[in-house]
Amino acid sequence: MSEVAIPSESVVVRRRRRRRATPLEYGRKRWLQIVLALNFLFLYFPIAALIAFSFNDSRRNVTWQGFTFKYYEKAYNNAGLHEAFLNSMIVAGTSTVVSTLLGTMLGLALYRYRFPGRGPFEGWVHLPIVIPEVCLGVAMLAFFAWADIPLGLFTVTVSHIAFTIPFVAVVVRSRMAGFDESLEEASRDLGANGWQTFWSVTFPYMIPGVVAGALLAFTLSLDDFVITFFTSGPGSTTFPIKIYSMVRFSVTPEVNAASTVLIVLTLTLTVTAMLIQARTGRKIDTHG
Amino acid sequence: MRDWRRDKLAFSVFALPATAWLVVFFTIPLVLIWVYSFADRGPQGQVIVALSLENYQRALEWIHLGIIWKSIWIAAITTVLCLALGFPLAMGIAFAPQRWKNPLLLLVILPFWTNLLIRTYAWIAVLRTRGFLNSGLEWVYDRIDGALGLIGLPDLLGPFQPLELLYNTPAVIIGLVYVNLPFLVLPLYATLEKLDKSYLEASLDLGASQWRTFVSVMTPLALPGIVSGTLLVFILSLGTYLTPDLLGGPDSEMIGNLIARQFGAARDWPFGSALSFLLLYAVFLFLWLRATVATRSKGVGV
Repeated sequence: MSEVAIPSESVVVRRRRRRRATPLEYGRKRWLQIVLALNFLFLYFPIAALIAFSFNDSRRNVTWQGFTFKYYEKAYNNAGLHEAFLNSMIVAGTSTVVSTLLGTMLGLALYRYRFPGRGPFEGWVHLPIVIPEVCLGVAMLAFFAWADIPLGLFTVTVSHIAFTIPFVAVVVRSRMAGFDESLEEASRDLGANGWQTFWSVTFPYMIPGVVAGALLAFTLSLDDFVITFFTSGPGSTTFPIKIYSMVRFSVTPEVNAASTVLIVLTLTLTVTAMLIQARTGRKIDTHG
Repeated sequence: MRDWRRDKLAFSVFALPATAWLVVFFTIPLVLIWVYSFADRGPQGQVIVALSLENYQRALEWIHLGIIWKSIWIAAITTVLCLALGFPLAMGIAFAPQRWKNPLLLLVILPFWTNLLIRTYAWIAVLRTRGFLNSGLEWVYDRIDGALGLIGLPDLLGPFQPLELLYNTPAVIIGLVYVNLPFLVLPLYATLEKLDKSYLEASLDLGASQWRTFVSVMTPLALPGIVSGTLLVFILSLGTYLTPDLLGGPDSEMIGNLIARQFGAARDWPFGSALSFLLLYAVFLFLWLRATVATRSKGVGV
């Protein structure tokens, strides 16, 4: 009898170790895992291929011929790309400083004050995020032509500030949503004036939101193509615009190399911003 | 939250600079092209301010109506495909073990943070005549051809003809699905994650099949997320410019490209402005619809 019982018991043990998925554990359903894998293949194959083939030692760009850095060297020595990268840094840097300053103040005002027409005002502030970029681009183009401002780095920067302010305001505002206002009251009660309270109580709390907003603004500005396309003139080619003109011309490993540089740059910035937000979010949780 | 009248000075110092910037460099430009949309085009392409509805009438001419219709059609197909791909994806993440959720979500968001232009360009490399897809197909084709040669049927298939996958409407749709998928997955995931799973258990316990539970319990409960996500994808696809510009051919022009052309080669700013505002009105309509659905579903308490 016992000899018969042993195998059935080992089956039970195995069952327990890898028990069957309960009806609601869709994550363990084989077909769903396959669909998930296919989705991620669809999401990642084009970018992975692009990055991989920037290291490929062949101009034909389809079959793997061996590892090389020479297209990075080529891209680095391309004067046009160099200038475009510099322009992008100037535009993104300047617009980030201004839009972070203005957007942070706006986010704070939206968080703190009740005023007539608040709802429509908020809707209006969110508009640049949602309206099609082409519409914004052509409107800026028409505006600069009407105001007789020649297209160049100035017009690109000004437009970038306009469309990144709302993003910064939203990020800062959501950060402030977790703020405990009694801290400000305590500071006031202990004799600090409004100015001191702001700089030593409110502002330190805001910092992660401000940093995340700034990184977001920088990434958005660095990545923007459509609005820049309409507001840039001769001599104000940015990195994406330069890549666009190269792409229109032909598909070369050099473009892949330049694109990879941009991907790595923006991903680093975004992941940093997300980590900052995630870490401060966890801090609030443990405090609460 | 305090009343603005209690410290007017601080309120204006915080709110005014950004407001002024957005008025001058966002609202005035939009008002300007709104005014332009009623203007006439001069012989050299200059804008003559007038009060005519001619530009809007021109938008309703067959040739332009065709492009508008095509844009709506492409956006609709993109939305349906995004839903078909995104629903299982969102479901898989929402019902995954807790420790897998955030990494999987990050994997969905990550491509969305790489440059739009580069993501679109990446598809050119995949779809072009000598791209990855055609090379893969050629490899398979050669193997089949070789196998047929072995069994005594050489040259039955003839040389490989690469497929024309790029510069047409399907390529535009693929590109749009690729770019917009995260916008559907994220809101859908948010609703599926919050969904009270005891409803699903109840349905299964009462004898409904998995499919029946999916159709009559999970889908209605996830409806706010579905509506929000699909409307977002539809709005974004409708107003796209870059994807059809890079992946499309001459007959896959969308309304965004038509607008851009009026401000570029065609030099007809009034007409381009009218088209912009038609697109904006459509976007506003769908945003309003989305907001309405959001508030209503909040009222029900789902």
